[in-house]
Amino acid sequence: MARKITYQQAINEALSQEMSRDPTVIIMGEDVAGGAGTDGEQEAWGGVLGVTKGLYKKFGDRVMDTPITESAFIGAAVGAATAGLRPVAELMFIDFMGVCLDQIFNQAAKFRYMFGGKAETPVVIRTMYGAGFRAAAQHSQCLYPVFTHIPGLKVVMPATPYDAKGLLIQAIRDNDPVIFCEHKVLYTLEGDVPEEPYTIPFGEASVVREGKDVTIVTLGRMVHMATDAADNLAKQGIKCEVIDLRTTSPIDEDTILESVENTGRLVVVDEAHPRCNIATDVSALVADKAFDSLKAPIKMVTGPHVPVPFSDVLEDLYIPNAAKIEAAVRSVMGKKG
Amino acid sequence: MSEAIKALTMPKWGLSMKEGKVASWLMQEGTAISPGNEVLEVETEKISSAVEASEGGVLRRIVAQEGETLPVGALLGVIAGANDTSEAIDAFVAEFQKNYVPPADGDDDAGPKTEVVEIKGRAIRYLKQGDGGTPLILIHGFGGDLNNWLFNQESLAAKRTVIAFDLPGHGQSSKQVGNANLGELTQVVHDVMDALGVTKAHLAGHSMGGAVALEFALAHPGRVASLTLIASAGLGPEINGGYIDGFIEATGRRDIKPHLEQLFANAELVSRQMINDILAYKRLDGVDAALRGLRDKIFPSGKQATVLRDRLGSLSMPIQVIWGEGDAIVPAKHAQGLPASVKVSVLKGAGHMPQMEAAAEVNKLIEAQLG
Repeated sequence: MARKITYQQAINEALSQEMSRDPTVIIMGEDVAGGAGTDGEQEAWGGVLGVTKGLYKKFGDRVMDTPITESAFIGAAVGAATAGLRPVAELMFIDFMGVCLDQIFNQAAKFRYMFGGKAETPVVIRTMYGAGFRAAAQHSQCLYPVFTHIPGLKVVMPATPYDAKGLLIQAIRDNDPVIFCEHKVLYTLEGDVPEEPYTIPFGEASVVREGKDVTIVTLGRMVHMATDAADNLAKQGIKCEVIDLRTTSPIDEDTILESVENTGRLVVVDEAHPRCNIATDVSALVADKAFDSLKAPIKMVTGPHVPVPFSDVLEDLYIPNAAKIEAAVRSVMGKKG
Repeated sequence: MSEAIKALTMPKWGLSMKEGKVASWLMQEGTAISPGNEVLEVETEKISSAVEASEGGVLRRIVAQEGETLPVGALLGVIAGANDTSEAIDAFVAEFQKNYVPPADGDDDAGPKTEVVEIKGRAIRYLKQGDGGTPLILIHGFGGDLNNWLFNQESLAAKRTVIAFDLPGHGQSSKQVGNANLGELTQVVHDVMDALGVTKAHLAGHSMGGAVALEFALAHPGRVASLTLIASAGLGPEINGGYIDGFIEATGRRDIKPHLEQLFANAELVSRQMINDILAYKRLDGVDAALRGLRDKIFPSGKQATVLRDRLGSLSMPIQVIWGEGDAIVPAKHAQGLPASVKVSVLKGAGHMPQMEAAAEVNKLIEAQLG
């Protein structure tokens, strides 16, 4: 039965159902259990924002608190994956990947390739990203383009509770390393989610809204900004097709190209910094493979090339919003203002 | 205000419909209409269909313009007598618009809700609408669910209780299909009737659900008041095995679309939302195994395993068979050569889903049989 739950509950439910189904699934990370060895275990914290809350009670030692050393526990998770477990490691903030990046891009991402296809590394690294949480420059970045750049990693960023559950179950069952990016502002978002386990294949974008005038390609939290913009533009007679990529690696080229071939106009919305991000990647794809379909220049709406500010006022200014997306759409439609 | 002035409003097709777009008017102002006439075409996210007049009269006023998107219950037009004055029509429209409150966003409490009954360890989802009389039970086909009846259930529930449910392996019912044969599904109908306190019912089954209804009637004739078999399995050996296999094997939108288009005479009815809903269903754990199990037992090697046509004559309750002329899944020729007591209707302009594509005609035929 489908019922409404939050993005955060959908992630928790996916973890719980996969741990029940498959005894090789384990969880490791900082405070995911809530302080092993202390008295607090009945009310375990469940990670910094409580996403894994309740799982320690159900699954005991399969939910492992680790020391605050990402290099050690991400490395351990990668190793455990090569040895037959399916670890889901929580890298609290994507901003911390710098301290454990070798384990991810030089080890996990390379094993299948370097061992002639004989090694599998079914590890999932769950991590929070994104601005809007008043958490300043070191806890607000959108570093998923870095992972998307690396062959051998799959990169997933659900925008809805339904997608969060289906994509996480798919990630856990996948035999390659998956970076699962959760936008912290979306944790409280509610949506219809079936109670039963289900999967969503990687590399399948979701067309969240159909339209004939402009294609808006976007991902993560920006899907909601783009939908708001499309709602406003529809009232002005401009019909936007909004595409949620859902995964950036693999990426669903067909859905993007098919849409641009119909609309002839493209706006790409990405919360990440403007250089070498998903917006530039999608723009390059369309310029390369669908240039003849374009009736107007491609527009990108992104965060600026500066760290995320701590000031509330500046942070709000930093994040792409519906007004900026609307302006970009109006510009590719040849309209002023 | 004249009693005879009636509002034609935006229908609610299925539980999730919130609004619809007026695609085109099929009748002009001043046209005389009878109940059941198709008056205009409406598009929703999921599907397009015609809106039928539930009242007879003259279409005196077109209120909703083509291209307009309006919420469920909004005024589309006015049906009245030829002699009602245009002032009276104006007053009716003004009064309606003054009192009309569109359903609020997230107002899911309004309208009928599906329920779940636990039977022998399986959860069975059902939707009950209407009240009284001998109940009508609607049984969907392979890969379908209770939403296959979205154009029928509410209309048929005006005079009686109508129950649609999800067979095991389908919709939001449990995905365990047990022996996965017709006998297993027939037993489920029996158990659902017992669980809901229905001793005797009219049965209407579509495709595989038709074979289930027929097998149930043969096993428990005393519990069946009448049978309506729509594009039914069980009346001949042929079936489009390519469709069944294609439906099972497809994993994405591009693979499944050509197969779903075979279901309809008008392939444009296959909307993106319909495809998304079917993919979301197919991606639930257990569905793939359930569908393969049912295929292997009920439609092995591209043939129907059970042909019951010779036993149709042994049944004494009223039986009718309805087919879409352009059915590409189960051939319409299965409607031929049945006992004379069986009423046969072959509908033009419909494919394998006449209850959706020719909803008004199918509703009328079922209504006529149920009396």
